[in-house]
Amino acid sequence: MKLKLTTYVSAIVFSSVFVGCTETSETKLPIIGERATEERVVDGRTVVDTIYHQIPPFAFLNQDSVEITDRDFDDKVYVANFFFTHCPSICPTMQRNLLKVYEKYKDDERIAFLSHSIDFKYDSPSVLKSYAEKLGVTNDQWQFVTGEKKKIYGIADKYLVYTKEDQDAPGGYDHQSYLVLIDPHKRIRGAYDGTNDEQVAQLFDDLKTLLKEQ
Amino acid sequence: MLIFSCQPNVSIETAQYAINGQKLYVTHCQSCHGSKGEGLGMLYPPLTDTTYLKENRGMLPRIIKSGMNGLIKINGKDYEGNMPGNPELTNVDIAYILTYITTTFGNSTDTYTQEEVKNNLVNYR
Ligand code: HEC
Repeated sequence: MKLKLTTYVSAIVFSSVFVGCTETSETKLPIIGERATEERVVDGRTVVDTIYHQIPPFAFLNQDSVEITDRDFDDKVYVANFFFTHCPSICPTMQRNLLKVYEKYKDDERIAFLSHSIDFKYDSPSVLKSYAEKLGVTNDQWQFVTGEKKKIYGIADKYLVYTKEDQDAPGGYDHQSYLVLIDPHKRIRGAYDGTNDEQVAQLFDDLKTLLKEQ
Repeated sequence: MLIFSCQPNVSIETAQYAINGQKLYVTHCQSCHGSKGEGLGMLYPPLTDTTYLKENRGMLPRIIKSGMNGLIKINGKDYEGNMPGNPELTNVDIAYILTYITTTFGNSTDTYTQEEVKNNLVNYR
């Protein structure tokens, strides 16, 4: 089933309004995505486990041409998004906002950032390197990665973010500007439109909540 | 009109141009140059270099229409990037945007008129 984040986000907005009436110290972020159940037999009794949607293993090349995998994000909270370096429309705003989050948590090893380029033709590691430097990223806490079209677009599906090569879109690629919040178990805990100031403010709040959970 | 309180000397016409210009700025320019014209890191230059805006006033319509690349110095820093052109914008659209930029981020108090846009597009090719 192809449920994209737009569906979930409206659900989150609803649930956070709801949560707003309960005690804030108890607030937990929702776990987003489809879930399945699995039955196991433990000591002769049947228990039902919930299997949550998770980001699967991946391997991409980063701005230093070094392979970056899901293992680099083990035990971390991270924010992922999809962009391309010469994107004229939504990316600069989305990256300006993510940069604010990066600057707030700079050198905090509990948190990482992962930007995937969807322009597999132009955005080579050296292009990504120059982009990262000019944006103001000075450590390896924020990774910029590239990979085969199939792998990048495939992982975008797993983050529930829509991406597509499209001649008619500004810059040649159509994509959503979600900043996707992932917990240390690789589960999606929130998605925020990186071009919307209110949703970005919500990301700052939710990050704090998620870090407290750890 | 609150946003123009820092430039009390502008005429009604200039203020109207600037308001129209702000809307167009949000759609066409803000993503890169920021809501306060602050730019983004070393990727996109700020539009707050009043000296640059004054000295290059004539070239501004061409920058908007055809884009820009190559090395430039803004607020004392070197930028080298690629700005896409906006061939779809009309002379009056460009006049609105430039009035907004030069009076809000720059320190001009004058309207950037349609005639100025038209002439400067011919002068700077
Ligand atoms: C995709 C990003 C992008 C967009 C959108 C964009 N610009 Fe630019 N702009 C740039 C870059 C990059 C440069 C620097 C080019 C260079 O290095 O030669 C620049 C340079 C400029 C300059 C001259 C330098 C300065 O800082 O004063 C002006 C004026 C300017 N842009 C105005 C605009 C206006 C007005 C719009 C909207 C109609 C706009 N730009 C849209 C990226 C952008």
